[in-house]
Amino acid sequence: MKIIVCVKQVPDTSGKVAVKPDGTLDRASMLTIINPDDVNAVEAALALKDEYGCKTVVVTMGPPPAEKMLRTIMAMGIDEGILISGREFGGSDTYATSQIIAAGLVHLGIDDDDIIICGRQAIDGDTAQVGPQIAEKLGIPQISYAGDIKKEGNTITVKRMLEDGYMMIQMKTPCLITCVKELNQPRYMSTYGIFEAYQKPLAVYDYNTLKDEPLIDPETIGLQGSPTNILVSFTPPLKGAGTILEGADMNTCKTLAKILDDKHIIR
Amino acid sequence: MDFKLTKEQELAQELFRSFAETEIKPLAHDMDESEVYDMELLQKMQRYGFFGIPYAKEYGGAGGDVLTYTLCMEEVSKQDGSTGITISVHTSLCCSCINEFGTEEQKQKYLRPLVDGSKIGCFGLTEPNAGSDVQGAQTVAVEEDDCYVINGSKVFTTNSGFADTCVVFAITDRSVPVSKGLSAFIVDLKEMPGITISDNIKRMGIRAAQNCIVTYDEVRVPKDRLLGQKNKGFKIAMMALNGGRIGIAAQSVGLAQGAINEAKVYVKQRTQFGRPIGAFQNTQFKLAEYQTKVDAARLLTWRAAIAKDNHEDYSDLAAMAKLFASETANEVTRGCVQLLGGYGYCREYPVERMMRDAKITEIYEGTSEVMKMVISGKMDLK
Repeated sequence: MKIIVCVKQVPDTSGKVAVKPDGTLDRASMLTIINPDDVNAVEAALALKDEYGCKTVVVTMGPPPAEKMLRTIMAMGIDEGILISGREFGGSDTYATSQIIAAGLVHLGIDDDDIIICGRQAIDGDTAQVGPQIAEKLGIPQISYAGDIKKEGNTITVKRMLEDGYMMIQMKTPCLITCVKELNQPRYMSTYGIFEAYQKPLAVYDYNTLKDEPLIDPETIGLQGSPTNILVSFTPPLKGAGTILEGADMNTCKTLAKILDDKHIIR
Repeated sequence: MDFKLTKEQELAQELFRSFAETEIKPLAHDMDESEVYDMELLQKMQRYGFFGIPYAKEYGGAGGDVLTYTLCMEEVSKQDGSTGITISVHTSLCCSCINEFGTEEQKQKYLRPLVDGSKIGCFGLTEPNAGSDVQGAQTVAVEEDDCYVINGSKVFTTNSGFADTCVVFAITDRSVPVSKGLSAFIVDLKEMPGITISDNIKRMGIRAAQNCIVTYDEVRVPKDRLLGQKNKGFKIAMMALNGGRIGIAAQSVGLAQGAINEAKVYVKQRTQFGRPIGAFQNTQFKLAEYQTKVDAARLLTWRAAIAKDNHEDYSDLAAMAKLFASETANEVTRGCVQLLGGYGYCREYPVERMMRDAKITEIYEGTSEVMKMVISGKMDLK
């Protein structure tokens, strides 16, 4: 039994967003963080490790500097890391990314009692597609938006959080779960974890490692192979400060009507 | 020479910074007001391995180094000086004595629970009449059957309010000067009959730290609790204090940097004479001077830490670091109170607490004057 956590390094939205002239994000010049929902996925994996003593593996697809993120997660207690990294994979959309990560997981080997955990969605693309797509490519059951996870033997019971309620769903391993931030309170790294992190195994899967995996179709990976095309990305202009009119009398209403009239919103 | 932290040290700095900002900062004001340390916070820090940073994994420590420990001291002290001294006394003073001078059995039995986060340690050397001059010490340990019987009183024993283990120093040979007749013992503060711990001593700063008078009345300590050789305790105390000064230097750097960080936020918001006060050259030049001094203090601290990590003689380096960093902490925190003006003087703003906390760094674990004795002693002046 092992728990596999899929994580993504994303731009730190508390910093400045840099956009290249061609409209794509200038990721190299932006500070990065672990995608917040993915930290909850890491915590969920560590909680299962605390309970069952199982092995935990963290997987990400990204450029070589993403190693630091993997080491950070290993310093929280995850046992091994896998960095899927290659020029051929660059620019992949969710369809291509999930294909590559799924191939990476097959290469790693998925056992009958394994659980794959992802964050709900990344704060850069906000698609929430990669986790579910990985499960589809692997042909395993999935439950998204987990607010609680219980394991009894090979049966996993998940409380699936929805806007207006929740669902209780069971599935058998191997399976995939995407989790919401309400699932848990992630732990910090520990000092002892930090001094072990760089000694823990970290494998790099490049294109050559994965090219013979049946899930990899060279025509549908990377920027060229992605069905999604980004036309342009830009920082939206700031809206001006609003105006608050005090009072519930006729004068205030007239003032408001004049403002709206001046803007040709009413006539 | 490069001034870069290792990858592990960078991760550790991230951990200490985010933990201190999230967990310590919100509690610092209330802990100062109540003069009570938050035990939940203490336990959290134990769980994340803040109390065993420079000790080997084989004894339950984090397997880190002294430099990483200084990073911890700086980051926690940026938010709260009391947390800094709590970690420092445990790590630099108590644990180092057992780590350096304990037998293998003593290390497994007494060091392990201290560095793996199960127990808290303290260090009993200072007495009412023995501060900088240990010659005035009066606490004695008399051999009797299978025990040493300790009688006496120790003052300013930081952490004693909640600590489990104390490395305490007592005279075992009264016929010679104290430095030749002192011995060190590992004592269970909570379990051994005859030990009385006073209330927290009322102090100007680091008020949440638990700093009490510990009285020993016919305390029977089994002989296997003797640390190192009999009558060789002075050397143990000096070794511990040398190392401790690196921790206090780092605490000082943290207090000063913490005050600068608070001032930076304030001067951008506070408007006087039609401009944010950060736009005035006086503010800019003052903060530039302060930041330069804090960086210099940090580099002196790191130099001493690296020398200790490399097992080089570092006593004068640690003394220089502590002397400069503690004086910097006082100048900078006082200056930051000035930049915040009337609000800086109010307890609502943390620079007031930082200024009070900074004063002790010029006093404990060797006063600035003692630091100058140590430094000049290495300069071949006589």
